[in-house]
Amino acid sequence: MIDKTLKTCDEAVEPVFDGASIMFGGFGDPGLPGQLIEALRRKGVKNLSVIHNGAGAGDWALGGLIKDGSVRKVTASFPNNPGAIYFQELYLKGQIELELVPQGTLAERIRAAGSGIGGFFTPTSAGTELGKGKETRTIEGREYVFEKPLHADFAMIRAHKGDRLGNLQFRKAMRNFNIAMAMAGAVTLAEVDELVPVGGIDPEDVHAPGIFVDKVVHCPRHPKLVEIGPPK
Amino acid sequence: MKLTRDGVAYRVACDLPDGSYVNLGIGIPTSVSSYLSPDKEIMFHSENGILGMGPIAAPGTEDVDLINAGKQYVTMLPGGCFFDHPMSFAMVRGGHITHTVLGALEVAANGDLANWRTPGEKVPGVGGAMDLAFGIKNVWVTTTHVTNKGKPKILKACTLPLTAPRCVKRIYTDMALIDVMPEGLLLREVAPGIKVADVVANTDAALKVASDCHEMDLPERFKEVALVAA
Repeated sequence: MIDKTLKTCDEAVEPVFDGASIMFGGFGDPGLPGQLIEALRRKGVKNLSVIHNGAGAGDWALGGLIKDGSVRKVTASFPNNPGAIYFQELYLKGQIELELVPQGTLAERIRAAGSGIGGFFTPTSAGTELGKGKETRTIEGREYVFEKPLHADFAMIRAHKGDRLGNLQFRKAMRNFNIAMAMAGAVTLAEVDELVPVGGIDPEDVHAPGIFVDKVVHCPRHPKLVEIGPPK
Repeated sequence: MKLTRDGVAYRVACDLPDGSYVNLGIGIPTSVSSYLSPDKEIMFHSENGILGMGPIAAPGTEDVDLINAGKQYVTMLPGGCFFDHPMSFAMVRGGHITHTVLGALEVAANGDLANWRTPGEKVPGVGGAMDLAFGIKNVWVTTTHVTNKGKPKILKACTLPLTAPRCVKRIYTDMALIDVMPEGLLLREVAPGIKVADVVANTDAALKVASDCHEMDLPERFKEVALVAA
């Protein structure tokens, strides 16, 4: 029998080690695994290399992990989001490394890693500061830059529904990076709004097949939102 | 008179064709959707996995899982759909999104665009700007014609780091509408009361004046919000 469920986020993050690379899903609050990240803060790991679209906001979830000094490097497209105060403070002091990646390239590098693709050529960034030093190739008259796959030891994501097989369903804009990250993480942890019985998600509506997911934790929504205020 | 931000947004909205798939950037571009003629059906895309996005959510109706790329609560229109980031950027780079409207810090006469790194910005961030500028066929920019210090933003060559080379097709400013042609910039319209010579004087690049260059046509009822004293 396959049972990927765990009772708590603390159990789920137990295998995370110092120096691990971790993908955190979410774009803004939708899909952000805030409670897994908070469990990681309680565990207290060091020298993490984090892959996320932004660099956290405020002092909850990723912002808090960075504030704690647990993060050595951030790979992101938008680390200058106004709420990323702790990242920005450490970055200006030279105490945290940044790999800046255009958003579409970031998504595709993650997808490539999870799909067994050894890299790809994209036009994005060719001839710009972010394309400097990268291998280029002219294909059908257009210049492309070579981008490598982006793997991680762990991927942490949030979904709407999950079952014990790891099948996941999202709501609205929750999908964002999460399906690709589930594919790219060597170990993928998902926190879900609802844990449903096997068959509780119609096969037509499984957005992330359970094969990509290692652990599922049922954890109802936390009231904290990092990027924007709660609905008025 | 110069166009207000709403005036610029209105002028862009007039040009988006029925049936287009459009990604709007943050700032003036976001307002474009407010001025679309109701007889046009246009599908709005948001990088975070939405096509068929509707207006900003009214207070009390927000859904925490439904935000746009600017992290505002939004709504969906009938026929809209959700997808993930790889698919969203496949729409962008794959040439499926037909138009994007972006802000600009500088635009060069050859269509080079600089809009991702502001001068003196210490922490860089690019978001989806480069993918949009590289991937979408019709890159239109909205900008004030000059900086708040009065310096031209349309230049012979950009001085700031490029978002993408030779990508801009059309420039909408508070003074003019300019097309980027293979042979250079072509002035097609001026804001009401703005002289061609004013536009030329505030543009640091060669500007050809179209034979049919004319004043922008703004509806009378709209002029109060669309225009400010130059």
